[in-house]
Amino acid sequence: MTLPEPKQKHIQRIEMRDIVKRFPGVVANNKVNLQINAGEVHALLGENGAGKSTLMRQLYGLYRPDEGQILVNDKPQVFHSPADAILAGIGMIHQHFMLVPTLSVAENVALGLQSSHEPLLDLQNVSQRIEKLSQAYGLKVEPDAYIWQLSVGEQQRVEIIKALYRGAGIIILDEPTAVLTPQEVNDLFVTLKRMTSEGHGLVFISHKLHEVMAISDQVTVLRDGQSMGTRPAKGVTRDEMVKMMVGREVKPLAPQPVQTGEVCLQISGLRAAGDRETEALRGVDLNVHAGEILGVAGVSGNGQRELAQCLAGLRKVTGGRILLNGQDITQASLQERMAAGQSYIPEERMRDGAIREFSVQENLFLRDHAASAFTNGIFLHFARMAARTREVIQQYSIKAPSAETPIKNLSGGNIQKLIMARELSRQPKALIAAQPTRGVDIGATEYIHQRLLEQRANGTAILLISEDLDEIRTLSDRVAVMYEGQMMGILSRDEASVETIGLMMAGVAAT
Amino acid sequence: MNEDILTLAVVTGILTSAIRLATPYLFAAVGEAFAQTSGVVNLGVDGIMLVGAFAAFYVTLQTGNVWLGALVAILVGLLMGLLMSFISVTLKAEQGISGIGLYMFGLGLSSLLFKLLVGTVQTVEGFRAVKIPLLGDIPVIGAIFFQHSIPVYAAFLLVPLAWWFLEKTTWGLKIKAVGQNPAAADSLGVSVDKVRYFSVCLGSALAGLAGASLSTALVNLFQENLTAGLGFIAVALVYFGGWKPVGILAGALLFSAVNAFQLWMQVLGANISSDVAVMLPYLLTIAALVFATNRVRQPAALNKPFERGEN
Repeated sequence: MTLPEPKQKHIQRIEMRDIVKRFPGVVANNKVNLQINAGEVHALLGENGAGKSTLMRQLYGLYRPDEGQILVNDKPQVFHSPADAILAGIGMIHQHFMLVPTLSVAENVALGLQSSHEPLLDLQNVSQRIEKLSQAYGLKVEPDAYIWQLSVGEQQRVEIIKALYRGAGIIILDEPTAVLTPQEVNDLFVTLKRMTSEGHGLVFISHKLHEVMAISDQVTVLRDGQSMGTRPAKGVTRDEMVKMMVGREVKPLAPQPVQTGEVCLQISGLRAAGDRETEALRGVDLNVHAGEILGVAGVSGNGQRELAQCLAGLRKVTGGRILLNGQDITQASLQERMAAGQSYIPEERMRDGAIREFSVQENLFLRDHAASAFTNGIFLHFARMAARTREVIQQYSIKAPSAETPIKNLSGGNIQKLIMARELSRQPKALIAAQPTRGVDIGATEYIHQRLLEQRANGTAILLISEDLDEIRTLSDRVAVMYEGQMMGILSRDEASVETIGLMMAGVAAT
Repeated sequence: MNEDILTLAVVTGILTSAIRLATPYLFAAVGEAFAQTSGVVNLGVDGIMLVGAFAAFYVTLQTGNVWLGALVAILVGLLMGLLMSFISVTLKAEQGISGIGLYMFGLGLSSLLFKLLVGTVQTVEGFRAVKIPLLGDIPVIGAIFFQHSIPVYAAFLLVPLAWWFLEKTTWGLKIKAVGQNPAAADSLGVSVDKVRYFSVCLGSALAGLAGASLSTALVNLFQENLTAGLGFIAVALVYFGGWKPVGILAGALLFSAVNAFQLWMQVLGANISSDVAVMLPYLLTIAALVFATNRVRQPAALNKPFERGEN
């Protein structure tokens, strides 16, 4: 279907009434009500898996609700596909951008729309309209640039332009700040304000409370697929929102200072290639002391992933050295690294950290299956393994029906706890933790953070790589900021303000 | 080897043959490029070509009308394209396996129909050479380029046409987008399935025409397995050409030149074993692919069936 050349559509109000959406085994949305008004930012707040994206995907025509109604300007509408939703004036900025990297900005915007010169493309006309929109809303983009050349922030602007170009009155933004630096978040908020003053209604999906408080007019909280109610953002406190989200109070962590020891992990001049044959690490220098958490902050894609992989022994090091307690492990095998006392919590837990189809017990022994305590010659000692698994499930409060349950049936938080259990029970001297709480609910996050602090108190040197600035700032004794494969600088706990880190994340050196 | 074997006449002959022989490669590979650009690898090209070649041959034999033969070949190609799209797009079957299935189906069907309906190898009167006024009279150049049959000219015209379609039209944009990021196209209301059906069917129709050009413009006969794997070389040419019509043109000319060279060497009785000579184009395929790997970016969604909401 080719959509006609668009005009701005005005939507006064959208109502979603008693929406129910079921997936095999789960009710993703259970009688959810939501009203979105023109000129307002409506925050949709909730933990991962609370049903926020599912709800919005129904509004955008990607899923059909099993029950309930969608009313646009009080008229019931049924959206069979995104094309219907776009025609009705709804736009969506997805968390994972929906852009074609090999095409230009103008081509991405024109995709699926009728051209003024059918069947020929009229990219000049499209570029002109893009420029008009970009001026009107303060969204700087270059219509002729290719998507693959753009930064994440620029790509997001293209996504917003795409929606505006199609005349969207209501725009859904799914976790739009997750990939941005703090400064970029500020710019985005300016744009969003400008959009609401032009009469657009916005849905802002997030799990970050301070952002929700900063930008929204209304807040609807979802928990386990149900709406916990809608409130004006002015009248709610942070604690109330957390309670609505999690169902109980969560106290902020206040790590106690710990005496740090000798340098444990010593990284000097580390170089490595990225996946696209460009150099991802361009001389990284870091020292992590025993009993210290060193946080590595940075915008995604600045070499953090490659750094973690080099340390874990999963990526070829092309230059520099890694020392663990004085022992050179630069070219050591994974076995040797383990023997030297290093543990690794990978970023992609389902790809690198665990095997979906394997049971809790099997996953727990992926690493230490050959340890003498659990073997009998060449045979596995299942009784001892089972006993140990029960112990770990208890100790780490992993919610699993049994030790035999395949982990694909566990929540992200519980899988992460299992991986933590496996890695920490070895009493590592050094721990590489990459994005340990990404996609994990608040309860499990709290637990994982406590465990990391415990480990620090036990004298482990911890390198914490995270894109969550709050996490970095709460846990780290020192913060290193990574930019284009190098460390922009290392800040002490007191120096590590959001503003300073943000500037360094954008490549501006600390003064 | 004879010293003066490569006289001007022989070189002219080799180049003329090279242009002629490029025809089926061009139709088939440009067609396959459409399918692959949309994200579908159709390995059944050779099978479609065989059925197309037989259809064109048989219709021409019965009616004496080569044009009708070519049209039927296109329609038959289209039908096989529908089958391929149904299996790989609607049923989301593994594309490589379904393509090989389609190839075997085409090989078997064309052989069976040939045995049932024709039986012995015989020739038809195919497309006649059309000398282009003025240009055709230029010495040497005229003979090499401008004294061919209509399908040969059409195959070369297809190259700029395909480029224009992919780069300049809204449909071309959709095809490229669907092959690179189907979820993005879907989120903008583009029907991924429809675009893939269209591209696979267009490619298959061209494969049918490639078969017709073989049986009614090049050799003017049909026999079992007439293509002898030519369709697979066409698939390889798409990779070699980096999914671009002009790259495919370069590849097709390279292969047809090698082929023309080995044919002429055999005709002239050069001291090369004919088995070795016949192997040349295939060896070149392997060498070219090794060389071409990693050189260009292939459609990111190639070989991946699309299902909404999987991220």
